[in-house]
Amino acid sequence: MFPTPIEKQSSGAQIAYKTMLPIALLMWLGPLLAVALFSVKPDTDFTNANYWGLPSSFEFTRNYGQVFFNSDMPRYLLNSFLITIPTVIGAVALSCMTGFALGVYKFRANLWIFFMFVAGNFVPFQILMVPVRDLTLDLGLYNTKTGLVLFHIAFQTGFCTLFMRNFIRALPFELIEAARVEGVSEIRIFWFVVLPLMKPALAALSVLIFTFIWNDYFWAVVLTQGAESQPVTAGITSFNAQFRAAYHLMSAGSIVAALPPVAMFFLMQKHFIAGLTLGAVK
Amino acid sequence: MHSIMKRTVAAFAVAAAFAVPAKADLSGDLTIFLDTSNPAPRATMEAMIARFGEKHPGLNIETTVIDREAYKTQIRNFLTANAPDVATWYAANRMRPYVEAGLFEDVSDLYAEPEIGAALASTKGALTIDDKQWGVAYTYYQWGVYYRKDIFDELGLSEPSTWGEEKANCAKIVESGRACYTIGTKYLWTAGGWFDYLNMRTNGFDFHMDLAAGNVSWEDDRVKATFGNWAELIEMGAFIDNHQTYSWQEALPFMVKGEAAAYLMGNFAVAPLREAGLTDDQLDFYQFVKINPDVELSEDAPTDTFHIPANAKNKEAAREFLRFATSADEQTIINNGANLGQLPVNASSGVDDDKFLNQGFEMLSTNSTGGVAQFWDRDAPAEMAKVSMEGFQEFMVKPGNVDKILAKLERARGRIYK
Amino acid sequence: MTVSSDIAKDESWFRRNQQTIAPWLFLTPGILFFAVYVIAPVFQSFNLSLYEWDGLGQAEYVGLRNYEDLYWEFSDRDAFYIAMKNNVIWLAMYLLAIPAGLFIALFLNQTVRGIRIYKSLFFFPFVISQVVVGLVFSWFYDPTFGLLNKFLGIFGMGPVNVLGDENLVTFGIIFAGLWPQTAYCMILYLTGLNAVDPEQIEAGRLDGAKGRKMLWFIILPQLRPATFIAFVVTIIGALRSFDLISIMTEGGPFGTSRVLAYYMFEVALSEYGFRMGYGAAIAVVLFLIMMCFIAYFLWSMYRDEKGH
Repeated sequence: MFPTPIEKQSSGAQIAYKTMLPIALLMWLGPLLAVALFSVKPDTDFTNANYWGLPSSFEFTRNYGQVFFNSDMPRYLLNSFLITIPTVIGAVALSCMTGFALGVYKFRANLWIFFMFVAGNFVPFQILMVPVRDLTLDLGLYNTKTGLVLFHIAFQTGFCTLFMRNFIRALPFELIEAARVEGVSEIRIFWFVVLPLMKPALAALSVLIFTFIWNDYFWAVVLTQGAESQPVTAGITSFNAQFRAAYHLMSAGSIVAALPPVAMFFLMQKHFIAGLTLGAVK
Repeated sequence: MHSIMKRTVAAFAVAAAFAVPAKADLSGDLTIFLDTSNPAPRATMEAMIARFGEKHPGLNIETTVIDREAYKTQIRNFLTANAPDVATWYAANRMRPYVEAGLFEDVSDLYAEPEIGAALASTKGALTIDDKQWGVAYTYYQWGVYYRKDIFDELGLSEPSTWGEEKANCAKIVESGRACYTIGTKYLWTAGGWFDYLNMRTNGFDFHMDLAAGNVSWEDDRVKATFGNWAELIEMGAFIDNHQTYSWQEALPFMVKGEAAAYLMGNFAVAPLREAGLTDDQLDFYQFVKINPDVELSEDAPTDTFHIPANAKNKEAAREFLRFATSADEQTIINNGANLGQLPVNASSGVDDDKFLNQGFEMLSTNSTGGVAQFWDRDAPAEMAKVSMEGFQEFMVKPGNVDKILAKLERARGRIYK
Repeated sequence: MTVSSDIAKDESWFRRNQQTIAPWLFLTPGILFFAVYVIAPVFQSFNLSLYEWDGLGQAEYVGLRNYEDLYWEFSDRDAFYIAMKNNVIWLAMYLLAIPAGLFIALFLNQTVRGIRIYKSLFFFPFVISQVVVGLVFSWFYDPTFGLLNKFLGIFGMGPVNVLGDENLVTFGIIFAGLWPQTAYCMILYLTGLNAVDPEQIEAGRLDGAKGRKMLWFIILPQLRPATFIAFVVTIIGALRSFDLISIMTEGGPFGTSRVLAYYMFEVALSEYGFRMGYGAAIAVVLFLIMMCFIAYFLWSMYRDEKGH
């Protein structure tokens, strides 16, 4: 293992390492811990310039209560869920099919279509901004969650296809061949042979897409505008504008906005990391 | 006898005229979008809408309050898709893009009505493009210098009225370890306010409007004179540090804590200052000083307006709402000190007996003979406003860049006013 | 007899066709969505860049005038020039995430107790929305109460206003962006390190290779796939960065932290921005820049594919 395992080194080095770990972590997460600290302080601390001392009173329930009950934040959270979950379902479903098509079948256009998906995934959002906005307006879907969902499904299909296709290519082809010999139709091969084998990839991809879509800001700003359809990334800016200079509330709001993907991450770590590192390990 | 008859008939006529709108039974939905997201204006609007709702019980009113800054970007979106029936906005050049795109309803018919036409004469001009009116103003407010009277008293200063006095005051304040003015230029329009006043005081209202209309070069000596005056204040240390990082609200604490002595702002700053604990003994107001003695005084007095989008569904109810909002009584209520704390647009309304409103009203009615401006980002076209305000912000941080900045603005003028 | 052979013929014909038809059946929904929302808009933007449009009324054909304006802005050192300059800075500095991620991965690649939790917590910043990252760092940099100035104060260094200083602001924002990006590279490398061939390491150790030499000659070559992905994602991320700039400075102070992605948005959709055609032209420029990198990546992938 590289670097040299710490157990094999002097006890001095071991102690040094074990003390450096928590210090490094504190420094790394410092800015975030600062925000968490702000979020439990009362507002008097801020007017009295007591920024970095311990909170003069622990206002967790009061501040977070304000966020949850006295603002549009729950609405934004709900919108985020209503946007993210259908997108995950749609993108993953579409890409299972496209990944299967590109991974199993050999035909001339195969590689070019694959590259189209990959390249499309990397284009800057701005080149799509005006036409997509106009299209959404024309479809009457401006400022609706559906409008956002449709766009995200379409765009994420690029990344998801890349992911799925590589995964499927790594599956043993003999299974498919065997099924074909048995006279199983292609569609049934997809549904009964390949799909069950894709479960780990489905899980990983779902978690990844959940995080990407939840954290999207640009398209939320371009395609939605009000509390009825804005997800939490765009909503947090309205929230902050409403409570401008009320740092205890702005911090609490930010923490709340950040939580769901973090929770998702901790629950599904293995899948998450598997998804991200696709291709990093040959 | 005759006169009594005449008066009775007149009374009847007036009553009948009033009776007609009240009899109109409105039904259906009325969607209102507001940008009054700050707490005091928000409550005012909601109360007014509630009163309107009581008069028209058959009407289903839906109000949405959007953050004021976000509204400025969102309005173009909802005017095209999902337009409400009533929307707030601003007058003059700020409404021009939407008027030219046909997204605002022509409400000249409202101004033709005797009640409104006479009452709103003062703001009619600002709402006029191509000889037609496109909205109604519901409030306007003075701009001027709000200052800490107690700090002035402590340093033995009095309200200045000339440029020399202003600079002398400022020197003393800086000496005492404070800044003369707080300001937050993160959202650029606050710097535009300073430019408006310095330019109008140095060169006059007509020149200022000419500049906004793109008829004067930015490298003209007169513009340079304005920046020269501005530089005097900046180099004296008059403004707080790091203002480019703060919004106008975040700049308030400096004045509350006494680290800055004054704020060139609109009257809407009074409410948060009072809320932060400053009493009326500590706060006072003076009109921005005269700089050039040959120039008549003119003021910024921006209006906030209501418009009816062209794509609105219930225009009848919308028109009725506009009549209601601009009626003398409503105007008195919503503009009084407990509500918006601003000035009513209806000539028959009463100005609330508030220290600042009284001073503002007097200033605007008697002491502003040069003219009344709508504010830089409404008098100038959008793109020019943006580029120039960025330039103002840069100038305030780096006054040495003045030549580069003016050259850039001049180049922009060549491109924008084609 | 004939019936069964007929059936046999039909079956094999159907299956033959199945194998050619099936992929297209599976591909069509995906391609349809993608074409409508991604492919077509690219071309539409190219087209739009030839017009002057305020987004509200009629579009007016102006040919290449938008690009001319961009050229003059560039040579006058105006907004477009600053945006390009900042994009170059982003490209260069954002790549620091890769060695930084490697360093942290090496640091954490031990098996002490609780290391899994450490790894998860170090990865944290990537999972948070860039909006929150932007807010967190705005407060970190705040001149009145930010942690940064507190920290500098310990060493007696003066308060700095990172986000208000035209020379520091882009670096400040990039530093904020490096936080999640480094976490991402770290995970890539941690996984890569797990897959490094232990035999090669043993062999290296026997040969007396230690520390840096071991890293350079034995470990890094095996991490090539991870490094490649890290490069791709980091470069795309650097050119695409919008969220952080929008949240932290809105392109300020006075436009010095602008990047192409944000400038385009400003010009087309922001409060004072009514120039959709001009914005489309900026987007086209950004797209062409990115296409250079995308083409390179695709070509590398193509070589890989053909190599199999």
